[in-house]
Amino acid sequence: MNWSEFFHMGGYAFFVWTSYALTFAVIVANIIFPIIQRKKVIARIKRAIKREQIELDKESA
Amino acid sequence: MLKAYYHLLIRDLRLSLRSRHELANPLIFFILVVTLFPLAVTPTPEALQTMAPGVIWVSALLAVLLSLDRLFKLDYEDGSLDQLMLSPNPLMILVLAKVTAHWLLTGLPLVIIAPLLGLFMSLPADAVSVLIYSLLLGTPVLSLVGAIGVSLTVAVNRGGVLLSLIILPLYIPILIFGANAVDVASDGLPVTGQLLFLGAVLALALSLAPLATSVALRITASR
Amino acid sequence: MWNWIQRFSSPKHFYGMSAPLIKWFSIGALLIGLYGLYLGLFVAPTDYQQGESYRIIFIHVPAAWMSLFVYMVMAISSGIGIIWQIRLADMVAAASAPIGASFAFLALVTGSLWGKPMWGAYWVWDARLTSELILLFLYLGYMALQSAIEDQRSADKASGLLAIVGVVNIPIIHYSVEWWNTLHQGATIAKFDKPSMHIDMLIPLLLMAVAFKLFYAAVVLVRTRNEALYRDRNRRWVRELIERL
Repeated sequence: MNWSEFFHMGGYAFFVWTSYALTFAVIVANIIFPIIQRKKVIARIKRAIKREQIELDKESA
Repeated sequence: MLKAYYHLLIRDLRLSLRSRHELANPLIFFILVVTLFPLAVTPTPEALQTMAPGVIWVSALLAVLLSLDRLFKLDYEDGSLDQLMLSPNPLMILVLAKVTAHWLLTGLPLVIIAPLLGLFMSLPADAVSVLIYSLLLGTPVLSLVGAIGVSLTVAVNRGGVLLSLIILPLYIPILIFGANAVDVASDGLPVTGQLLFLGAVLALALSLAPLATSVALRITASR
Repeated sequence: MWNWIQRFSSPKHFYGMSAPLIKWFSIGALLIGLYGLYLGLFVAPTDYQQGESYRIIFIHVPAAWMSLFVYMVMAISSGIGIIWQIRLADMVAAASAPIGASFAFLALVTGSLWGKPMWGAYWVWDARLTSELILLFLYLGYMALQSAIEDQRSADKASGLLAIVGVVNIPIIHYSVEWWNTLHQGATIAKFDKPSMHIDMLIPLLLMAVAFKLFYAAVVLVRTRNEALYRDRNRRWVRELIERL
């Protein structure tokens, strides 16, 4: 396997590798954003629970 | 049912004709936008003739788009839309009545003024008649499909741009065939295929769009 | 059977059930994808017409297929949500949109990068790229409508209806653009004529397509779980779950 030929892609290196790099980026983005979204949702719900707890404590005080 | 259609149509026409000055706006917009192109590009007849089908059709699209708001907005705001939805008559028929009124007041004037714009854009006579036919078949579809979009966005504040975003992709097939019909007519070629396509899309829109619109109204406009 | 469907489609039940599925879909996507890439980049022979640049096809075509597939799933789930009032279906539809849109975008960019060595221009109005662009607009319209309506149920149904209207229009748009494109062929000859598909090229292509679909399955499950948590945030099953985290 001639690696330098492989990377060269018959002169089309820029086009081929940029395409694959962008694909990788889109895939990574589709993994990261849902994970961030999950963290945000959980944090938000936790805050809401805390707020309600404070309200309840106030009322019973 | 036919009576309900007729009465709603007359009512809408009457209401709109009360604010007569507003009616001219889409028409003036249409003429204005077309006028921009010779000014912006070049006034040479050959160039104008090449641009004409696309420019006139796109301007018609935009003029209809801008006028769609009035289809449901006023009724939504004063509660008459709710009343319409409570009516024993099928909502689809009522929607069809409103869309007909809209087309008569917005689309039809565009068709009538089109020869003037054909003149502005140096279109040959054959092409002008095809322009009229294509707009005659196309503008009702624009109103019908546009109604679906308006019914989805009627409850959204400042939903005008959102409406354009939703509707314009759906307008593209009509634009392609309408503009192309005028284009090949300038070269004297037959346009039956294109006009048949527009006719088919009109038939499809007449049967499906009021249904989609009434479903959308029940979703978004019921409070 | 109706009971079974009701139980199956409850967000709480879905949430519990989906966790292992995500793992399996991800592993499948990774393995099949890597194998497809290996075959596509190393094993598939050089195309005599297009040289090495044709290898973009292993990304571009699966991405385009993916964008259409996801839109179909979106439209079908929306239909299920509207007709049978199954909220989980609405969640799946909403979760799918950003994924499909990102792959439509990818299809456009890779198509553009493929076009430059082939026809010397980064953008040409060929039938497939143009249709793909319009599909991206359909996605963006859907997402814009979803976020513009405040009430969740109305938002789901409105954008769901838009997705269904869109799906009906996609064949019409495709046909119109194809037809329009044949009129304006111009001087350049073969457009995105598929390279005569050698079996060694077809297999990696199909493998990548399958890998992308499995990837979608995994991602949509994650996103749908997030939707379920958010939308049911005031319900007990979510509260109990969060407290245990």
